[in-house]
Amino acid sequence: MKVLVPIKRVIDYNVKARVKADNSDVDLTNVKMALNPFCEIAIEEAIRLKEAGTATEVIAVTIGAKASQEQLRTALALGADKAIHIETDEKLESLHVAKLLAKIVEQEAPELVILGKQSIDSDNNQTGQMLAALTGRGQGTFASKVDIVNGTVNVTREVDGGLQTVALKLPAVVTTDLRLNEPRYASLPNIMKAKRKPLEVIAADSLGVDLTPRIELVAVHEPAKRSGGIIVDDVAQLVDLLKTQAKVI
Amino acid sequence: MKTLVIADHDNGSLKPETSKTINAALKLGFAVDVLIAGENVAPMSEIVASISGVNTVLVADHSEYAHQLAENIADLVLSLAPDYSHLVASATTTGKNFMPRVAALLDVAQISEIIDVVDANTFKRPIYAGNAIATVKSLDSKKVLTVRASSFDLQGEQAPAESRVVDSVFSSELSAFVSVEQTESERPELTAAQVVISGGRGMQNGENFSLLNGIADKLGAAIGASRAAVDAGFVPNDMQVGQTGKIVAPNLYIAVGISGAIQHLAGMKDSKVIVAINKDPDAPIFQVADYGLVADLFDVLPELEQAL
Repeated sequence: MKVLVPIKRVIDYNVKARVKADNSDVDLTNVKMALNPFCEIAIEEAIRLKEAGTATEVIAVTIGAKASQEQLRTALALGADKAIHIETDEKLESLHVAKLLAKIVEQEAPELVILGKQSIDSDNNQTGQMLAALTGRGQGTFASKVDIVNGTVNVTREVDGGLQTVALKLPAVVTTDLRLNEPRYASLPNIMKAKRKPLEVIAADSLGVDLTPRIELVAVHEPAKRSGGIIVDDVAQLVDLLKTQAKVI
Repeated sequence: MKTLVIADHDNGSLKPETSKTINAALKLGFAVDVLIAGENVAPMSEIVASISGVNTVLVADHSEYAHQLAENIADLVLSLAPDYSHLVASATTTGKNFMPRVAALLDVAQISEIIDVVDANTFKRPIYAGNAIATVKSLDSKKVLTVRASSFDLQGEQAPAESRVVDSVFSSELSAFVSVEQTESERPELTAAQVVISGGRGMQNGENFSLLNGIADKLGAAIGASRAAVDAGFVPNDMQVGQTGKIVAPNLYIAVGISGAIQHLAGMKDSKVIVAINKDPDAPIFQVADYGLVADLFDVLPELEQAL
């Protein structure tokens, strides 16, 4: 079984994003970039399926500027067999990404596509669901467990109030939640080996997808600042202030 | 121009997010119809009809909708979409699941987790774990939106609006429901509670979370947790407050043994009053707390329970 794992290069999750002075966007110059944490989990799951003998080939794909090849090399070092880079300098929306990925799904015909549930930059939580829709596949979002048996994938989903398990007919699309697995680190020999693994580059505009923006970014602002608080001495003072000053209890 | 809101429920009770989402939808300035899809939803559809501002309730009652599988619900919403300029759902796990599917099938973009309506085309939404607020304008003819309910108020009541039955049944072969495992709780729901008390890694283990029970009981509070506490296995993940968990905005949020990582702050920093109890005076949580107490939580929690 072939598994496709779309991944994204994003700001490192430990970095606090800063808004540009002209409020046009978030400032990403000289900011540490990394693989989106949910995508790491997606790669890990695909590799585990391969180690279990369920998957035969793991393909990592990313869409973005040249620099995102760095994240593809990371995926290869973690165990992906080959990588596809859809190159574009445009800032794409989830729908565009899903449409481009649908072309790759058509080309590679993977039985399973595993994506992260959301990227930590745009926080959209859309691409997996859109890709499932565009490719006419069932979707198992926010997966905390993935179990493949006889042409079906059972996905345990993290939903408000508990867990829900659904059975999807393969081929299907799964998006990862945090507790699906604990991603591994790439070892140095594997990082070296990854440099020799195949990485195919495709120009985004050669795929025949309309990439006209559907959403205009009007402005980006800092969130409202909270006014500075006070440090209280003890519980008695805390309770008193909550009653008399804040009036919340 | 008409708006369709898709109600969020768990087949027994209507989620409070529905009312808040209707509040957001009314700010668009058009008539608001509400679709409730599920099994045996008649009692809930009556509640929906009595939410102030609702024009018509569309009731799709069928076993195929019982578990609100994205494939079936998306097709149902798609079938109703031609009559509406705006499709709106709560940004709960249900809404987040089917709405992007609807958007893609309509070939339009989705705008996720809006926190403010500027006009019928323009919305504000947090990005980068809430470290920036983007103002975005939809260029599509049809808007597909999900709403961060904690940013909107509950709607009042009205004389029941009329309701209409939607007969069409969509039954996708792509997916099937297997099972559900609900976390039992007698406390208010995290996202609806007026007071939330959350524990972090500083709680040290799951048993110690019981130290929060007495305080939660006295305050009528829900109990939450940081991702660190969930990842350490102290408590189940549906208690997680944060960018990847639940977003809450109660009147009072008490953070106990929580350092205040970006991820956690994204889920609670819109709370009205924030109290932090942490023994590390340099913990980032103190930068957003209205009231901070630098102390060992194991000393303070019993004392706090006594004092309430």
